Amino acid sequence: MASTITEKIIAAHAGQETVRPGQLVEVDVDLALANDITAPLAIEVFRSAGVEKVYAPDRICLVPDHFVPNKDILSAIQVQTTRNFAREQGIDKFFDLDEMGVEHALLPEAGLVLPGDLVIGADSHTCTYGALGAFATGMGSTDLAGIYLTGKTWLRVPETMKFVYKGTPEPYVGGKDLILMTIGDVGVDGARYRAMEFTGPVIDRMSMDQRLTMCNMAIEAGAKNGIIGPDRITRTYADERAGRPYRVFASDPDAGYVSVREYDVTGLEPQVARPHLPENVVGVSQLKDVTIDQVVIGSCTNGRLEDLEVAARILKNRRIKKGMRLIVIPATRKIYAQAMANGWLETFLSAGAVVSTPTCGPCLGGYMGILAPGERSLATTNRNFVGRMGHPTSEVYLASPAVAAASALAGRIVGPMDV
Amino acid sequence: MKFNGRAFVFGDDIDTDAIIPARYLNTTDPAALAAHAMEDADPAFAQKVKAGDVIVAGKNFGCGSSREHAPVAIRAAGVGVVAAKSFARIFYRNAFNTGLILVECPEAGTGFADEEAVEVDLSAGTVTNQTTGKVYAFEPIPAFMLELASDGGLIPHLMKKRAASSR
Ligand code: SF4
Repeated sequence: MASTITEKIIAAHAGQETVRPGQLVEVDVDLALANDITAPLAIEVFRSAGVEKVYAPDRICLVPDHFVPNKDILSAIQVQTTRNFAREQGIDKFFDLDEMGVEHALLPEAGLVLPGDLVIGADSHTCTYGALGAFATGMGSTDLAGIYLTGKTWLRVPETMKFVYKGTPEPYVGGKDLILMTIGDVGVDGARYRAMEFTGPVIDRMSMDQRLTMCNMAIEAGAKNGIIGPDRITRTYADERAGRPYRVFASDPDAGYVSVREYDVTGLEPQVARPHLPENVVGVSQLKDVTIDQVVIGSCTNGRLEDLEVAARILKNRRIKKGMRLIVIPATRKIYAQAMANGWLETFLSAGAVVSTPTCGPCLGGYMGILAPGERSLATTNRNFVGRMGHPTSEVYLASPAVAAASALAGRIVGPMDV
Repeated sequence: MKFNGRAFVFGDDIDTDAIIPARYLNTTDPAALAAHAMEDADPAFAQKVKAGDVIVAGKNFGCGSSREHAPVAIRAAGVGVVAAKSFARIFYRNAFNTGLILVECPEAGTGFADEEAVEVDLSAGTVTNQTTGKVYAFEPIPAFMLELASDGGLIPHLMKKRAASSR
């Protein structure tokens, strides 16, 4: 029976020939991920069951990234709880400061997620890994504790929506713009409970960094997972990192989709999501004289090497607008080190930016750049809900690193061609 | 199973940052979370809400992050059931896993004013506005989710299954 890649991966992990959308299945989980906010709760729930040992320590991954280096005593205790649990249970995939990174940048980089895997994370942006041709979705801490106990979880097989991108993107228009445009089109619940499969010639030519950005924001349309069928680019990326064999799945040409949308991206200008929902998307030229106080370049959406490269290119030998605050956060230590070797950190500092060690920090309004009442930020992150980066009266605009860098120079929201 | 209380009305796309802002996520203590439940949507909510009250809302309630602190905060604030036009996926799982009941009722969000008397009847599949007398029907909760909820959440459910299979 013809199936989509999402259905095939789920079927393979459910021990079934095929599965159909709507079906409830029990699946084996290859990797269960949690962070410093969700792990302590999962651990607490696991302990409440009175079972001594987790089902499979080698399939558990713990990444403190939201509030590290710890911002206060309570968050230090959260990481301590997580660290102690990792030691006690023999969980090797625990990433302390010496190996740190924002989880969804770190796991693909470290080769911990590979094509064909089924990954469950107690973090909504777990859907990022779909870029590798894996099935990856977010759940809560109790679901994770269930996996700690049994190695399995239950899933409702999602219907798949197919998205086809054609045409030739303008310079500085990439994955972030495509996914913002798509969310603007379908809305924040337009893909609720569904799989979003990204395809077409534009995707075929797209780098892994940008594919990860696109799948990262599938959740912002309410989707269960985002996914891109593995090709040569995926295999090259995976082969450089894989420490084990992996399986490549592909959608059948006659697979059943609940909908198919085609976009011609030729002429698309850089996209910006206005407050307070990621679906409030407009072309950057429609935003006239929106002044901003702070720009953040980083996060699991856009804190990768290519993102920093674009920002560095635009900021090179220039100075951000007086009074502007620019915060740059490489998403992992590797990215940080590479950016340093390439001279980009120097570029950022000379431009007037501060450069932080990897952390989620301001992305979720945690620390490191919280907004005061009425302040306005432009960020390369993924959510702009009320109060997301600070005070409930502050505002967040979402855009690509190119728009972010340009806007930091101009002091208001502008496209990269306007500076 | 019936729930009786006052309705607290919210609109569409109420996200988990509004339900429990990240600035309070450095703890897992339900009481500490409850003190800030719904804070960025209605700062006075935690003061007003009483045990048995019901949240009614529009579409896509609970969108955003996977933080289980969101349903935990709502439930610890005294709310046993949320009736909304639709729910975000992760929130839906998290709620049933932690004992907060959700019903998908298309008219719930528009059929109430704040603090009107409400009754949610799970067996009858109705949300009643006892102030206006209007009755709104909802799709029955899937059997699997009800089983989860009646076992007391996911972990007691799994332990029950585990005990059954080792017998
Ligand atoms: S960077 Fe932001 S969106 Fe990504 S995991 Fe961290 S808090 Fe979540």
